[in-house]
Amino acid sequence: MRRFAALYAQLDRTASTLAKREAIATYLHDAPPADAAWAVYVLGGGKLRRLATTTEMRTAAQQATGFADWLIDASYQHVGDLAEAVALLLPPGDASLADTPLHVWMDDWLPALGKLDPPARLTQLQAWWQALSVEQTFLLNKLLTGALRVGVSRRLVVQALAQWSQLPTDLVAHRLSGDWQPHAAALATLAEPPTDDEHLSDRPYPFFLASPLEQAVETLGERAEWLAEWKWDGIRAQLMRRGGEARLWSRGEERLDGRFPELESAAAALPFDGVLDGEILAWNAAGHLPRAFTALQKRIGKLKPGAKLLADTPVRFMAYDLLEHDGEDLRQQPLHARRERLADLLREVSPALMLSPALPATDWPALADEREQSRARQTEGLMLKKLDSPYRVGRKRGDWWKWKVEPYTLDAVLIYAQLGHGRRAGLYTDYTFGVWDRGHLVPVAKAYSGLDDAEIATLDQWIRSHTLERFGPVRSVEQVHVFELAYEAIQRSSRHKSGVAVRFPRILRWRTDLAIRDADKLDDLRRLAMD
Amino acid sequence: MRDDLLQRRSEGLYCPAGDFFIDPRWPVERAVVTHAHGDHARIGNAGYHVAAAGAALMRQRLGEDAVIETHDYGAAFVLGDVRVSMHPSGHMLGAAQIRMEHDGRVVVVSGDYKREADPTCEPFEPVPCDVFVTESTFGWPVYRWPPMDDVIADLLAWWDDCARRGVPALLFCYALGKAQRLLAELALRCPDRVAHLHGALLQPVQHYRDAGITLLPTAPLEEKVGGGAMAGELVMAPPSAANSPWMRRFVTASTAFASGWMQVRGNRRRRGFDRGFVVSDHADWPGLLRSVADSGASRIYVTHGDGDVLTRHLRELGHDAMALDALGEA
Repeated sequence: MRRFAALYAQLDRTASTLAKREAIATYLHDAPPADAAWAVYVLGGGKLRRLATTTEMRTAAQQATGFADWLIDASYQHVGDLAEAVALLLPPGDASLADTPLHVWMDDWLPALGKLDPPARLTQLQAWWQALSVEQTFLLNKLLTGALRVGVSRRLVVQALAQWSQLPTDLVAHRLSGDWQPHAAALATLAEPPTDDEHLSDRPYPFFLASPLEQAVETLGERAEWLAEWKWDGIRAQLMRRGGEARLWSRGEERLDGRFPELESAAAALPFDGVLDGEILAWNAAGHLPRAFTALQKRIGKLKPGAKLLADTPVRFMAYDLLEHDGEDLRQQPLHARRERLADLLREVSPALMLSPALPATDWPALADEREQSRARQTEGLMLKKLDSPYRVGRKRGDWWKWKVEPYTLDAVLIYAQLGHGRRAGLYTDYTFGVWDRGHLVPVAKAYSGLDDAEIATLDQWIRSHTLERFGPVRSVEQVHVFELAYEAIQRSSRHKSGVAVRFPRILRWRTDLAIRDADKLDDLRRLAMD
Repeated sequence: MRDDLLQRRSEGLYCPAGDFFIDPRWPVERAVVTHAHGDHARIGNAGYHVAAAGAALMRQRLGEDAVIETHDYGAAFVLGDVRVSMHPSGHMLGAAQIRMEHDGRVVVVSGDYKREADPTCEPFEPVPCDVFVTESTFGWPVYRWPPMDDVIADLLAWWDDCARRGVPALLFCYALGKAQRLLAELALRCPDRVAHLHGALLQPVQHYRDAGITLLPTAPLEEKVGGGAMAGELVMAPPSAANSPWMRRFVTASTAFASGWMQVRGNRRRRGFDRGFVVSDHADWPGLLRSVADSGASRIYVTHGDGDVLTRHLRELGHDAMALDALGEA
């Protein structure tokens, strides 16, 4: 744990991507391979199955410190991170377990903790805390309760691995995709020389991700050089068929096996092997349209959907790319060639597998007109893809653009505020906004992002001096400030007091020019949600 | 609630029996000032009482014409019907707690204080009293200061690392008190090194030297000097310089902030400094509890921002504690 804690400290102490990459590469070089494998896993965002609940951690901390529950909670609210608050509250340990290697913790000790009954779990946790330094206790708590969040992206881990192994980043990214398991042997495999058939291993290809189009569309050059499609609002996925067996991988590189049986059986019935990139959509067959994302959500959570759900909420796979065909990796071929082959292959297959249509508009203005239909089509806008481009790895600008429609907006009044977490710990940054309903402001959206640091600081000060009531970490505030919120969709909802659910709300701007009577009315939002 | 030794007024904390204010916000006739920081020592009062050890710093802040009476620590003087004395609070050079005695009753106002050793000032002196008014800047149990030896060792390791990488080590800290404490701690460990100072630190550093305190050798940072010339050097500056044009020459520098707030990772990341060194001139949680216990007071008032947590905890420990705000305004 000592060496990994030192790496963590190094990563935490610099904002420089280069310095972080160096630090990880050096660690990979120096650490025992079994430790390095775990470091790759957790830095890349991998988590252990939850081994102790946050309540257990609080209780253990309460017992170890003798502090009252409310004092533990107040400290957590102040720090904004339970793992860190607990580490700071405990009496410092003697670091006698500091030299136990990371892999022993991860392979043996932590999984064993999960198997204990709750009282024994608390005792074990406290024994560890007594034997670790503050920094190591913090890391242990982090590993037990979730992700590390140390400003290291998956991409950065891939780059560090590439530096360490002297292999191309795209190859390393592919080898790390899917459910890569953190063992010494798996780490060694990452660094082996490439072979011709390794793409056929049981792994998804790293997804190519589009960037938002911020410049004028005309700057992209000739319309004829670009493929234009709808930007589907579903789950990005790779549908894989190899040796007749179907498999579905999400964009988070998790297997979706069992969740979408109609897609798996449609893929199994294909007359060819291959890997399709596309979007899972809840489908309205009568309207020839996707349904709202909320419909799809019913399916996402269901591991084994029943007959009724399958009948009520059927899904389809909207394919837009072909990455592999009968064992051949096509990613370096130009998009137009991949598309042609994909169109041919999908000509006579199950209707559950569809080809994402190319939009016919022949010039940019006509395409811009078409984009205006996005909402009516239940899509988020357009995708523009360079026809001669390969299928790249990760978010590389230039060949794939998402040209989304403008978001909906509403004006709402700040009514509650709560302390933020992480980088915003100790500041009131989590806001609840209300709109008018029969003379009262009722909560309709929560938003955490959209203000700059100066605005956050100003608002934080204002909130502290204009608090009406406190409910634990939440404060109600004087109803004064109006904000313009952007959002992606609005739906009726029986789970929300307001009767509507607003999807992905965020703050567009602080409307100091508006008074609270200018805020929107709930009735109008309900009407929008009905359409 | 009436109290002839303590009232809250819009100008600040007032002692009726002695007719004086402690650290008044607005100009009054008679001010007793705990220490020379700007939020405590304000210009415009007709007369001041301060601790002798901080006289030069006070003069610097309050101006040539200010009427200042100085008092040795522990030496009693009389204001109105009150016997007043000033006692070291350990916060910075010349910082004092104010002891007030009237009709056999003793009130002590702590001002800002810490319990850790500090080579630049007298240590905190526990003063027995009936009523103790304590600060609570760091009134959460997550604040427990690390040993200064560890902090300075970290700081030196960071400085050496900057030297290896050929970049300036740019350390932000409050210009008065914190900067001198760090320079004094460094002088104990590496007396041959030199720190380069932002203009705002020059005068306070001179005052400390004049008071006979040994600090690390320092050099003023030349107006025009570029960051390149400072590669591997320690440069100290006030936090306000971090977002000023002054920073432009230091684009490659590694930055650090020395403050008690650096104990919490979220603060460190939000401020955007590469490193945070946990050094505070305020009491940590154990220091607050210890000082309350040492006072033996039967009534505790808690001042400063969000004192709710400390107040509630003291009440649960059996103290008659309340927020100073509860004293009501006269």
